Amino acid sequence: MTSCDAGCVLPANSFLPFCVDNLNKESLTLYVQMIKSKVDEEDYWHSSKFKAFTFDDEDDELSRLKESRQAVNNIRRLVEEDDDEDDVERVSWSGEPVGSISWSVKETAASSQRADREPAFPKISTDTPSISRSQSGYSLSSLFKGKPKVGNFQTFSDALTDSSVRLYAPELRKPKSEYKDYVSDWSPEETVQRLQQGKAVSLERFRTLQDKLLLLDHAIAAHDGNVITAVLIYLKRTLCKEVLFRELESRQTALRHFIHYLSETQNQRLLLELHRALGRAEDAALLQYKEHLSITDENKRRDFLKNCLSLPFSAEDLAHVQDHYTLLERQIIIEVTDRQAERGGKVEIFQKFPRKALILNMPLITTLYYCCFYHYAESEGTFSSPLNIRQTFKISEKQYFVTALAARAKLKAWLDVDALFASRNWLGFTRKKSPLSFQRVVDILQKNSAPTHVLQDYVALVDDGELRLTLAQKHKCHDIVISTYRDMKDRQLLLGYRGKVVRGSAEERKIDDLLSNPQIRWKN
Amino acid sequence: MMRLRRSHLICCAASKEKMAAHLSYGRVNLNILREAARKELREFLDKCAGSKAIVWDEYLTGPFGLIAQYSLLKEHEVEKMFTLKNGRLPPADVKNIIFFVRPRLELMDIIADNITSEDRHHSSRDFHILFVPRRSMLCEQRLKEQGVLASFINIDEYILDLIPYDGDLLSMEYESAFRECYLENDQTSLYHTAKGLMTLQALYGTIPQIYGKGECARLVANMMLRMKREFAGSQNQILPVFDTLLLLDRNVDLLTPLATQLTYEGLIDEIYGISNGYVKLPPEKFAQKKQGEGSKDLPTEPKKLQLNSAEELYAEIRDKNFNAVGAALSKKAKIISAAFEERHNAKTVGEIKQFVSQLPHMQAARSSLANHTSIAELIKDITSAYIIQCFPIKSHYVNTYIEDCIAQKDPLIKILRLVCMQSVCNNGLKHKVMDYYKREILQTYGYEHILTLNNLEKAGLLKPQTGSRNNYPTIRKTLKLWMEDANEQNPNDISYVYSGYSPLSIRLTQILARPGWRSIEEVLKMLPGPHFEERQQLPSGLHKKRQQGENRTTLVFFLGGVTYAEIAALRFLSQVEDSGMEYVIATTKLINGTTWIKSLMDRPESPTQ
Repeated sequence: MTSCDAGCVLPANSFLPFCVDNLNKESLTLYVQMIKSKVDEEDYWHSSKFKAFTFDDEDDELSRLKESRQAVNNIRRLVEEDDDEDDVERVSWSGEPVGSISWSVKETAASSQRADREPAFPKISTDTPSISRSQSGYSLSSLFKGKPKVGNFQTFSDALTDSSVRLYAPELRKPKSEYKDYVSDWSPEETVQRLQQGKAVSLERFRTLQDKLLLLDHAIAAHDGNVITAVLIYLKRTLCKEVLFRELESRQTALRHFIHYLSETQNQRLLLELHRALGRAEDAALLQYKEHLSITDENKRRDFLKNCLSLPFSAEDLAHVQDHYTLLERQIIIEVTDRQAERGGKVEIFQKFPRKALILNMPLITTLYYCCFYHYAESEGTFSSPLNIRQTFKISEKQYFVTALAARAKLKAWLDVDALFASRNWLGFTRKKSPLSFQRVVDILQKNSAPTHVLQDYVALVDDGELRLTLAQKHKCHDIVISTYRDMKDRQLLLGYRGKVVRGSAEERKIDDLLSNPQIRWKN
Repeated sequence: MMRLRRSHLICCAASKEKMAAHLSYGRVNLNILREAARKELREFLDKCAGSKAIVWDEYLTGPFGLIAQYSLLKEHEVEKMFTLKNGRLPPADVKNIIFFVRPRLELMDIIADNITSEDRHHSSRDFHILFVPRRSMLCEQRLKEQGVLASFINIDEYILDLIPYDGDLLSMEYESAFRECYLENDQTSLYHTAKGLMTLQALYGTIPQIYGKGECARLVANMMLRMKREFAGSQNQILPVFDTLLLLDRNVDLLTPLATQLTYEGLIDEIYGISNGYVKLPPEKFAQKKQGEGSKDLPTEPKKLQLNSAEELYAEIRDKNFNAVGAALSKKAKIISAAFEERHNAKTVGEIKQFVSQLPHMQAARSSLANHTSIAELIKDITSAYIIQCFPIKSHYVNTYIEDCIAQKDPLIKILRLVCMQSVCNNGLKHKVMDYYKREILQTYGYEHILTLNNLEKAGLLKPQTGSRNNYPTIRKTLKLWMEDANEQNPNDISYVYSGYSPLSIRLTQILARPGWRSIEEVLKMLPGPHFEERQQLPSGLHKKRQQGENRTTLVFFLGGVTYAEIAALRFLSQVEDSGMEYVIATTKLINGTTWIKSLMDRPESPTQ
């Protein structure tokens, strides 16, 4: 790549609503337009020949879907009588074909609740000869595993006379090793094979360390996790830890299986010892940290996290775990205080907007949002002050800004919203600044049903002219639309827009004034 | 002993169960595999003489549904079926209780609970366990610890390694295969893969040529060759159906599943998730309003639809780029409308009869069209917020975009897909960028995701940049992965499935067929793991005498998962007129970016969005 580091990705859709819910078609159009203007103005794509996937040809594609929808509906009217029978097989509403296994599980279970004694389905007479159905054709078990162990002991010569076996899969007849079924002195290799076939075999005859390791190596070579685990369970029982750990170190596959076995059986203590013995301190630390997920009591969880701080994490992870602990500690304090405030009934905001969920164990940004909502004006000294949280956890400017904006907009505290932008403005009242694109700001505000006069201020600040116009039209910021058309000297568009504003309103008068203004040189 | 010839058997089966007919339409008749699996199921059921109740691990009812219906079980005296859950088993007057379960410890605990709560004086029922797909020492040990192992008369396994999903598609539905192979270094799934391939060869003949790329591919090939040696002395006399097997590691192409699939089927899977051939959809668009009924009680339960090539219209549109689906649907709508109009032309009794006989077929087509129009409308409403594409973009734009997505709390999995994509394309992320992302992710989504981020690093999806050269641009250019002007309507290249990005995995497959991997030695060396070729000897007399112009068949096995878009790309290659190659696809798991990343997370988020 030349000027660009092979970035990957996609359209920058910075136009999404804050809470991603169903985008409607309008915002889809907006989105497409934004991409186009980005391509033009900012050389957004490395090469403009690459098309971003959009739901292309918006109108065309849509009308095509409409065509088929229309056809479907027309025909339905035509055949309505038969509508219920149109499917060849019977399908229940949930789509399960009647008679499928998952459908029947529900059915038979339900029927057994209805009538305990009565079998749900007619019992099939046990006299029915069942020979023919099981003996015809071929089966995987007879081909692949040899005959299953239950039932008669089929000899190898039987298998040879079995013509279907010869016909379909001679290659998979029993391996030779299976003749020796009665001999008990299995070699490590044979033992592994028997284990793979699920046959009884005793591992006790592998007594010396050397024998045991040979067995393990054969198990590893077979790549069958089940067998490796079986051998490991035996070794764990018969070897001392130090020897076992030492030998596992040079056998990575077996080691992984052993770790998996220990964590499945929740043998945390041995697992930690193992990690330490192998010098995998960081793995051990993470593993221990993971346990906090199973602690439900918040105080116990906090104490557990505190203990984790002494574990040998990488420097980077340690910082995160430290933050995790600090956050939970704080959430516990905030929760206690706020619960009291809520119960006391004296703090207005808790009465007006009762809390819907506990703040415990929520992510940091959610906590920040909560504090911006309930504790916005607090001085920096308190634990619940947004500024304090921002400082303690080094939250980025943008994150802080988005979160505060969303929280204050939700409360319709437009003055606070305004102040957020003003505080960035150290050159006096010249211009509002935002670390966030203004179309995102507008979007967030609109999601929180900001009134037009508020929206208007921010729509006006959108840089991209085309986008600004689209937004203004969408949010009915008439002044912006009107003055944009005036600047474009587009009489036709302005005339057209006159039909969209309320009769006799100030906007209509404004348009009329412009249209009759002789000083404007209209281009059309 | 009476034995049916194979063709006869398949024919009976096909007529008896409509559901599976589509499996035999493809180049390779996959119904043979399904029949073999059914046969084994019957044999197991007959081993437990007398009346039975099956207790299901609910997860298994999906895959089993592709093999058998309740009628088959009923024929073998299965009278009741329950879902596995804690507590006492529901009453059922049967001789046998059979647990159908995956080998998982938590399920063993539930079984143990069932058995200990059983009323011993009253009941004399026999217990059995059928492990799917394999028995597990660990599980048996757990049952022993719980003191119930001795209660079982019969512990067996049902090897359901490769399940036929469609006429050209097999999956093991082994969810954790990628995680086990690349994170936990557990190769059990590879062992199952090798066994599954041996079964396949037993039914369809020895595959003479094996190619592979990647560590796991090498291991699977080794195991296959070894298993073959263990059966030495006897020869498979079936004329080989497959000419070539290609084994591909998922980690050779980590990028592809991260992008959003843009085929019709791919988008359905991305947005709603296809599971065992079914998809659950929001019901509103499917409600059938009858005249005069108004819009009273709309259903609230999701609408479940089966998706496979048995449905003519779906087979036609599933692999198209979504932007070509509208046109295809409206074309179909015209044809169907015209067919219904024919009724006006039917004058004679004969003509009317003719029309009426067509009616069921036409109505099926109508209902199929209605369903897919609704699905297409649903997908359109979801819009572009969902879509992650893979294109060259200046990295600071990428950084800003990801930052914005985090700020607006897009689903975590989307963020992870983006961040991993950037990392894979650039041979890692700059330290500063990586630290920044990590911090933002942990602050916004919760600190416990330290574990997930660590997993992604171990799997190679996320890594800090080291001094080494970034090979990706070379790979991309040599393999022509980014195609300008992808034609979505009438594709001329596989890149249409991602609207301009060609999956590396499929490009490798394509080049192997022609002109061969020798032409891209350099690139192959840049990709992780060895590449290799093996030959398996065929007995004399089984060498195919190829007819002029006859296509070859390749089985492509994706170790660690494959996406629907990749499958679509392979189907596209099968259809290209002069390619001379047809593909059958097998995989450990059908995946999309979301399910894949989820399998690597240590605390998966609740399935939002």
